This record gives sequence, structure tokens and C-alpha cells, in this order.
Amino acid sequence: MSTSDDLPRMDRRKALQWMLTATATMAVRDTNLFAADPSPIKAQGYGPDPAMVKVYKPGDVWPLTLAEPQRRTTRALCDVIMPADETSPSASALGVPDFIDEWISSPYPAQAGDRRHILEGLQWIDQEASTRFGKAFADLALEQQTAICSDLAAAKPQPEYKKHASFFKRFRDLTAGGYYTTPEGMKAIGYVGNMPSATFEGPPIEALKHVGLA
Amino acid sequence: MPIISADKLQDSYDVVIVGSGAGGGQTAYTLTMEGLKVLILEAGRAFDVQSEVAMLQLPSQAPLRGEKTPDKQYGFHDCSINSGWDIPGEPYTNANKEPADQFRWWRQRMMGGRTNHWGRIALRNGPYDFKPRTRFGLGFDWPIGYDEIAPYYDKVEMLIGVFGTNEGLENSPNSSPGVLQPAPKLRVGELYAQKHGRKVGAHVASIHRAVLTKPQDADTLPAKLHPGNAKAQSILADSMRTRSPCFWATDCHRGCAIRANYDSQTVHLRPALATGNLDILPNAMAREVTLDKQGKATGITFINKTNGSEGHATGRAVVLAASSQESVRLLLNSKSNAFPQGLANSSGKVGKYVTDSVSSSLSAYIPAFEGMPIHNEDGAGGPHAYVPWTLHAKNIKGELGFPGGYHLEFTSGRQMPSLTTLNGIESKLGHEGVLFGAKLKEEARRYYGCQLGFGAQGTMLPNDGSFCELDPELKDQWGIPVLRFHWKWTDFELNQVKHQQQRIRELLEAMGGKVAAKADSEPAKLIRRGGEVIHEVGGAIMGADRESSVTNQWSQTWDVKNLFMADGAPFASTADKNPTLTIMALAWRMADHLMDEMKKGNI
Repeated sequence: MSTSDDLPRMDRRKALQWMLTATATMAVRDTNLFAADPSPIKAQGYGPDPAMVKVYKPGDVWPLTLAEPQRRTTRALCDVIMPADETSPSASALGVPDFIDEWISSPYPAQAGDRRHILEGLQWIDQEASTRFGKAFADLALEQQTAICSDLAAAKPQPEYKKHASFFKRFRDLTAGGYYTTPEGMKAIGYVGNMPSATFEGPPIEALKHVGLA
Repeated sequence: MPIISADKLQDSYDVVIVGSGAGGGQTAYTLTMEGLKVLILEAGRAFDVQSEVAMLQLPSQAPLRGEKTPDKQYGFHDCSINSGWDIPGEPYTNANKEPADQFRWWRQRMMGGRTNHWGRIALRNGPYDFKPRTRFGLGFDWPIGYDEIAPYYDKVEMLIGVFGTNEGLENSPNSSPGVLQPAPKLRVGELYAQKHGRKVGAHVASIHRAVLTKPQDADTLPAKLHPGNAKAQSILADSMRTRSPCFWATDCHRGCAIRANYDSQTVHLRPALATGNLDILPNAMAREVTLDKQGKATGITFINKTNGSEGHATGRAVVLAASSQESVRLLLNSKSNAFPQGLANSSGKVGKYVTDSVSSSLSAYIPAFEGMPIHNEDGAGGPHAYVPWTLHAKNIKGELGFPGGYHLEFTSGRQMPSLTTLNGIESKLGHEGVLFGAKLKEEARRYYGCQLGFGAQGTMLPNDGSFCELDPELKDQWGIPVLRFHWKWTDFELNQVKHQQQRIRELLEAMGGKVAAKADSEPAKLIRRGGEVIHEVGGAIMGADRESSVTNQWSQTWDVKNLFMADGAPFASTADKNPTLTIMALAWRMADHLMDEMKKGNI
């Protein structure tokens, strides 16, 4: 009955204080079109007794908070990270940007750090796009978007990108995780379970042969 | 008799039970099948397993992709409601500030208790596990041995349905012939570990889990379990026929609407209710065991959580099955002139010797699994195999630095992806920088399904530094004094964790696995915190005499003869085996004794 991951141990009071500080900091920088939302999350969580069988979508339990320019940037970045290919769709086609919005709009303390991180990162990446290519990130050509992402994703990012490399890594983790938890994403990665069946036959002979067991 | 509200309580019952989980469920089942009138008080709400569990829902259909939150501490689709280590309005405290010296207390406030999100691992304690003092000179011997509880293991396994194989292993006992359900075929990772584990002396065996792999034999099992009791046989046969075997999908922690796996409601409470002899009162938070002038228990005072009022349930006998530490809390809060230190506490041992499993884990990337033909590895919603403890010869000689042992539980296969499935992909695949774009999709397909890990669960010796008591000041939202915990790992546990890590690493490397974690980490940093495994037992231990223990071998308190314990509290010591099956076997045995005593007029 055990899982190895620890729960976040930040208590609510500390988290709230921290979030207030973080949002105050953001408010100071709130000087342009792509500003981070300075308001703290006031919504409630789903509580300790939610309907587990219900099918939820982002925005059902607490409101999404990204402004349209931020959403555009999020969609574009998601699709650079998880583009469409011959066999599977892009992240935005699977609603992953909505999930990112849900995540950073969460009222729970564990997501508060990601909220600050991602809002700042989205703001930065648009500024970078504007500085480098004269357009918002979403309006760049794929090669231009990829150039910026490659600088953030480098093994040893240059000093000017280092600060935002962790934003990119976190955004990537959320995008990929958001993607592979959808039915299409599961198909893309090769998960074929969650299918009730009368029998369990064990591994097929080809799988056993593959690892020298048959 | 059904699930009731407080105004429908009968004037008196034969037995009042606190708690509806494994221990309370088994006790109620055993007693009502024999015609006793029983009341269960459950602190949580009624919960309908059939309509409320989320079996096939995907993470993308849950808020935050189903990740853990303070409201759902095992994740959104885990079959836990109003439950967790931290519950608003229901605090507890720790005497020590260091996290390593703290205990985390999981409470499961719902009908069926913790059996709802149990991993269903159902291993028997072996003969050595009941006699650690005799074997190692450490811990406490139980006042019973394996042979006395073995018939009850058989009975519980037949009743709840446990799959597995008889391996004839030292201290991992066989079940009697015909008791176990067929074990499912092992997955590739489990078979691969079986083959390569031999190189490092690891025996990979089919695990025992409370999941049906075929329909229960409703034509013969009821007569074996209830000889001479036609009504009980008929009710049980009907109940067994409502259960479907596993449909080989979804994690058992989500609960099981088709009743393939065991939970207390599905297996115990359903037939118990069908006897007409059981009332269940949900939303009833027990506060105190009441006594008469002769010092006999008369029932339970409870808070009706629906309106905050106080009520009382009366019974000829009282059984505490509220989870080990909640039952301890009830005893400590039941103070009287006769028992100023808490009920049944003339020994001063109530709250003492709390233990949890000693656990750490390690995983690796297994390159041999790359490119394996895609297939469905869901299986029976949890592990099919485990590595039992077999190093008895070494630790009897004292070579290992710890008594007892541990077993290893698998995490392997192409499991349903979660939000964190790809975290760490770069380090495992040897990439520098962060993957994205087409390359990420390609590498994700290569990476997925190649992770294999083990979680160790081992013996913790009872020690004087791990106990609970009443907090002198703090009360919960109903004004009930709360528990204050003390926790201490000793060198035995830390030595064991060191050994666990080395052994898992050897095993993973024998499979060609690449272990990312460094080998030199401190055991104190790797051991899961006290209470995190949710295997805590003890606090009202059984023993051979009333000076050194709280109950006798029947889980009957020495001080109050009509007061019994039916959860993990009477465990005199822990095994590496998960405690639930033993809780049920002990509860059945206790209930048989309770009825004997009633028949003899002793209660």
C-alpha cells in the first residue's frame, strides 16, 4: 500500500505567506502586456470527499487564470515540446495547455511554486522572442521557437539562459506528463492496458524472446 | 438490520464494535453469522463501493492529472475519502521536532476503513515471526505460535479469496491444500528478475494477494467455513456469487466495483448485514468506553458527526477495531476512578511499542526491456511476484546487524502513465540537457516500460522510544483529547535499510539495471518515516501476563474481561509481512473466543 513519493510538507499558512510574497514580487514587475497574474489564488480545492467517478476537465473545479496572451504562449510552447507527428497529435490538440493552466491556477500549496515559475517563464520567453526576433513567441516560426528552447534545454545553458532553464524543464515535465496521461498520449507511448478482459495470459512469446526468457 | 442513523439504535446489542475495517469487519462477520446482535460504529460516512470507486477513469479525467493533494493524499482516484495523514479538525502531535523522530498517522474515515485502498498483499506471518524473543533475544514473543493461528489464516484466505502459490519456504508458510486461488502469470519484469535474481541468491516467488483470479467455490467453501450452520452457508454462498473474478485492469488501490478484490464491505459487511444481525452507524466518532460499577464495559459514548450530539451504544461486550492507534486513544481517553491512567492500562503499557514496517525503495532502468513488443501488463492491479526473506541462516548468526528480515515488493511493467512517468528520462537514458520535440517523443517510447523497482518492507522491533500518549492540551474538533507520538528508529532498523539498499542494488544490477541513485546515501535519509507505510501496529500488545501486556492471547484485555481488541493494536511484534491478513485471522480467533466466553456465562 505504499508509494515512494513524499507529499509536499509545506503547511498551508507558510504556503500562503510564501504565495503572497511571490505575487507581490510579480506585481512589481507587472509592467507589460504579458504580465503575470498578480492576484493570489482564492479558489477552493475539491475538498476531501470529491466525486471520484466524475469526469473532470480543467476549469471544472477552480477557474483557469491565464490571460489570452499567456495562453497563446503556453499553446505554442506546448507544441514545440510535443509536436504532432505521423502517429500522434500535438499537445495543444490534446488540451495540454488547459491542463497547464489548471495546474498553475490550483489552490493547493504544492503548485504555488510552479505558478510563479511558469508565469515568470512565459513572460520571459515572450520578451526573449521579442528581443531576438521582434515578435511574440507564438508568432515565431518553428525554427525560431526551437532556437530559443534549445538554448534553455542545453546541457550547460549560457549564463543569460541559466535562470530560465529550470522553467523550461518544469514546463516540459508538465507538458509531457499532461500529454501521456490522455488516451491519445497513452496510445502514443505504447500503453495498451485499462482494458477489462476475461483472462490474463501473461507476456506474449515475442516479449519473452526479446529478453531471453523463451 | 441495516446501515442506520443514530435515532434507530437498539437499546442494547450483544457486541458493540468500533470500526468497520479489516478487524471490525471480520469480527462482525464472525459474530453475526453465529446469530449475535452486533453494532458497528464507524467514524466515516457510508460509502458505496459499487457506484463510487473510479476504476477505469484516466488521470486526464481528474483534476491535476490525479496527482496527490492535501485533500487526496494518495492521489485523486485512490479509494480514500476524508482520509489522510493530516485531516482538518483531527490533529495529533509529535513530541520531537526532528522529522526522523516523528510519526505520521494515516486515518481512513470511511466505511470499510483502510481496506478500501489496501494493496491487497496478504502474506502470512511465519513461526519465527511470533517468537522474536526466543529466536533473537529481542522484542517480545507472542503468547501464541503459528500453529494456533494457522487454521484462522486458512479460514480467512478461503473467505476473502487470496491468490498465490505454496513455495514451501522457511518462515513463509504454505496455505492448506485447496485454500489459495491460482496465481496469475508473472509479468516480463518479474520473470526477468526471477531468472537473473538467482545470480545473487534472490528467490522471486508468486506473491499472495487478496484478489480473485477465478470465481469463488460457492458450493463447497461455505460448508467448510460454517459447518452445521445452514443459514450462514447460504448467506455466504450468495455473497460469493456476487463477486466477479479480476478483469485484469486498473490498480487495486482504486477499489473494486466488481468485488474481485477484498475490502471489508464487499466481503465482510455485506453477508453480515444479510444475516439481519448487524446495524452499522456511520458518522459516529467514538469518544469513550463506558464502564459499570463492577468494572465491566457497557458500551461506547460517541459523537454523532451529523449534528454534533453525543450518543451512547450499549453492548454486553465491546470490541475496539478503530485502527491500532485510534483504539489506543479510546482506551487512554476512557479514564475512571478504577482506571486513572486509561482503561485496561493497569500495566501502563497502553500506547507502548508502536511499530511500522521498515521500508526503503530503489529503482533502475533496465536496458534489456527497450524495444520490447508492446503488450498489456495491467494484470491483477498490483504485483504478481515478490522476493520473500530467505536469509534466515545469516541473521540467526547475527551476521546482518538486525533481527527479522524484509521482503521486496515489485514495481514493474508498462503501467498506466502518470504525470511523472517521464520525469528523469534524461539521466536514465544518458542525455545531457532537456529533451523536447520529436526526439522527446521518440525517446519516451524507448524509455516507457523499462523502469523496475523494489520497495522493501521489514521487521521493526518494538522499542521504548516509539509510543503514544495523550497530548496534555490539544483536543480535536469534537473536544476529544488527541494523541502525542514519540518515534525512534534504532540501529537495527537503520542497519536493515542499509542492507535493503545493497540487496536491491545487487538484484537490479544482476538484471543489467542502471541505478541512478548513489550507493552511499545515509540509511536515515532513505528510510520511510514512521507511519508512512501505514502498517503501524502495537500499542495494546498481547502477552503471557498482565504485568507486561494489555491483552491475553485472545486479544481480551486483562483488566476488563468483556473488552477486546481486533485491529493491529495487540500485535506483540511485527513481521516483515504486511499486517492486514494477520489482523483478520486474529479477529476471527478473538470472536470465536468471545462467543465461547458468552456461552459459558463468563461475559
